[in-house]
Amino acid sequence: MTRIEKIGRTGSKSVSDVSRRGFLVGSLAVGTLTMGYGLLPAVGGLAEAKAAGNFAPNIWFTMDEAGKVVVNITKAEMGQHVGTPLSQALAEELEVPWEDVSIAYVSTAPEYGLFVTGGSWSVNWTFDQMSRAGAAGRIALMEAAVKHWGVALSELQAEQGMVSHAKSGRKISYGDLVKAGATARAFSEDELKAITLKDPSKRRYVGKPMPALDIPAKTDGTATFGLDVFVDGMVYATPKVPPVRYGAKVTAVDESAAKQVPGYQGHVVINDVTGTTTGWVSVLADSYPQAIKARDALKVTYDIGPNAKVSSADILADAEKLQSSGEGAQLFVKDGDSVTAIKGAKATHEAVYTTQLNVHAPLEPMNAVVEVKDDVYHIHTGNQFQTLAVGLVPAALELDPSQVVVHQYHLGGGFGRRLESDYILVAALTAKGAGKPVKLIYSREADTLMDFTRTITHQKLTGGGDGSKLVGLEQQVVSAWATARQAPAFLADSVDKQGKVDPFSINGSDHWYSIPNQTVRTIKSELAQSATPSGQLRSVAPGWTFWAVECFIDEMAHKMGVDPLKMRLAMLDATGKNAGSAPMAVGGANRLANVLQMAADKAGYGKKMAANTGIGIACVSAQERATPTWTACASQVHVDPKTGEFKVEKMTLVIDVGTAVNPDGVRAQVEGGALWGLSLATKEFATMENGAIQQDNFDTYTPVRMEDMPDIDVTVVSPGHYPVGAGEPGVTVVAPTIANGIFAASGARVRDLPITAAAVKAAMG
Amino acid sequence: MATLKINGATKTVDVPADTPLLWVIREHLRMTGTKFGCGKGLCGACTVHIDGVATRTCITPVDAAEGVEITTIEGLGGDHPVQKAWIAEQAPQCGYCQSGQIMTAAAFLSENPNPSDDEIVGAMTGNLCRCMAYKRIKAAVARAASDMQKG
Repeated sequence: MTRIEKIGRTGSKSVSDVSRRGFLVGSLAVGTLTMGYGLLPAVGGLAEAKAAGNFAPNIWFTMDEAGKVVVNITKAEMGQHVGTPLSQALAEELEVPWEDVSIAYVSTAPEYGLFVTGGSWSVNWTFDQMSRAGAAGRIALMEAAVKHWGVALSELQAEQGMVSHAKSGRKISYGDLVKAGATARAFSEDELKAITLKDPSKRRYVGKPMPALDIPAKTDGTATFGLDVFVDGMVYATPKVPPVRYGAKVTAVDESAAKQVPGYQGHVVINDVTGTTTGWVSVLADSYPQAIKARDALKVTYDIGPNAKVSSADILADAEKLQSSGEGAQLFVKDGDSVTAIKGAKATHEAVYTTQLNVHAPLEPMNAVVEVKDDVYHIHTGNQFQTLAVGLVPAALELDPSQVVVHQYHLGGGFGRRLESDYILVAALTAKGAGKPVKLIYSREADTLMDFTRTITHQKLTGGGDGSKLVGLEQQVVSAWATARQAPAFLADSVDKQGKVDPFSINGSDHWYSIPNQTVRTIKSELAQSATPSGQLRSVAPGWTFWAVECFIDEMAHKMGVDPLKMRLAMLDATGKNAGSAPMAVGGANRLANVLQMAADKAGYGKKMAANTGIGIACVSAQERATPTWTACASQVHVDPKTGEFKVEKMTLVIDVGTAVNPDGVRAQVEGGALWGLSLATKEFATMENGAIQQDNFDTYTPVRMEDMPDIDVTVVSPGHYPVGAGEPGVTVVAPTIANGIFAASGARVRDLPITAAAVKAAMG
Repeated sequence: MATLKINGATKTVDVPADTPLLWVIREHLRMTGTKFGCGKGLCGACTVHIDGVATRTCITPVDAAEGVEITTIEGLGGDHPVQKAWIAEQAPQCGYCQSGQIMTAAAFLSENPNPSDDEIVGAMTGNLCRCMAYKRIKAAVARAASDMQKG
């Protein structure tokens, strides 16, 4: 049973705050997440999503007596302007003037179901749902007009917030219908499914670059982030973190010197039974600067645990061993017989690709305000995975899940960092220990040192080719598995059902090239797992899997004497499993070939270049093979043959997102994503020594700045298919284009990220 | 005790003299548009104007800010040409760095109303945008300069 109904909660307000005559449309009153997203065709990641919890009604908007619409957004706003395309979908079908639309980021409540923002999933997962929620609202309002006028529904039209009856010339606004008492109306799931959505040619908002609803508040200081929250009686807290990233225990605390710091209000040793943090102490004071002084004065003694000596080099050496032994390898792709195919091939090649540690470093350091009222922990923060937080906090504090509410604010950057709950847990434990409301703020240093890093990866690829194609490819990836730590329920079966794989550590290796014999294996490094608890960093596994695949194809092409573009196009033949299927992947690899050819043409690939300059190309899909975002890039790179110094002069990207619900928003994501790709490939380099990250602020960890920005040319292709995500593929496609461009410019082949001038010089031989 | 002239008003706050101005503005005076990013003057999220000059408040002690005119993002007016250009170019992504970016740009353009591309980059490169919305930030500075020239 699915229905439209009045609800008990909108945003953080209770029903008493909402106009009694407010008109609310919800859908999918009961059931599980399956039902919630049941209107969508099956998508990748859905199985994982299902594992995460149940939900009751989803309530997507409210309308008041003036016809003003507030769209309820469960997705985290972290720079992608996510509320805007979701509102476009809803307003399109509801038929309301755009100026009447605003958005609210809702607090956690069971009726909203799963709260997770990542994976470039938001628009892809909810476009159909939001469209139908809007359409259901329009129908309910038209039915109210039927009652009002006593005319047939078929004689009515709804447009731009008005219902009209052409025969009699009567008109009534949505707001007046709400005022007259338009009431809730039930829709079954089948009814919702049966609604005919607008013909794309009639769309007003979808496909148009509507100005982002969140942007004005981000230009005048009024956008409220987690850090901007105040509650009465709160004290400030900051964590004193141990000398190793993970595994330390606090053995003693001496606060005699801290007590001399004005404003010091004590400390709380964080006993985190979830194991999210180890060896942390919260330091409390009247202000943040005083908390920092007290933190420095507090003497904490540790047992620093098993990772005291671990370095990045150790993790790579361990990975090499695992790579050779194959211990613990799990199958992710198995097509044909790659061993025999490679053995019999005319050309064979083997190469190892590595990536080093990276930190998220969102500009807003982790923070949360926690206040306990009537035995309920109210957590004010910005978070990407509130469903995890409201699971972990009760576990850590021995509470009932109903005693935890996460109130959502703008996120000062997410990039996967705020999929974690560490800062929420520590804030809640601190508030409990202190017995008063707490505003916990990480210093930049604590934020960086305790990041859930992008794992070190070690990949071996072996291939065999004939003619202009690969006939066999093997890829084996050793890394930490973020999912095994953070959300083990999201692990998937290996293809031979012999074990588990972390799809989020291997996705992307199941690419769209037709290679008849392909084997992909993934190995979890226990050393990396323990010493460098890894997280999901923007674009996740495709950040390394495509790096290896797209460099390796270039290497094979050169070895076989085939142009790298020609070889890619030959293998993007859209046959067999690469033919794709409607609605998400209609057209299959043909669409990837199309964007690749477009990027190459726009960049002038194949034309004569200036001395020591070359163009590298690559193409990628997205995190999940089931929801591909067809993305290609061509980067023009200049290399100084004496020093190995290189400069990326121009990046040309083409992205096919099916339907660009908001083309300007897609473009912004790709522009930022491409620079993320450049930054990870050339500027961002974290290292571990003695169990500790060695970089702690923006003087030693140095993301791209404006002076590093090359020309960026982005083309968004929108052929009208079902919309897919835009946040991540722009990141993953870039690194291999730079390595391939460096090779084209200089003949130097680099295989380690980030790429350094020294590595280029060494590779020039 | 410190007395500050901020956005045209006089405010007295009871804080130690070495308290970074950032925390006084944000947490005591609750003008939260000015952000904390790094605490070391490396990212620019905390930028305000002190006597018209873009200044990093996370490394400016409050006692150094007495007797001067402080302007924060809240004091810029909302319809400053830089703010309008920011909206026109749809520059912000997460928005966290943008108060600092806008304050840096506004101070820069008041000194150099007709900057070259390289001058824009030189002025803005100290402000980190982790979303890397640099293409649009640069375009917005250029647009604001052009709009201000037109009057």
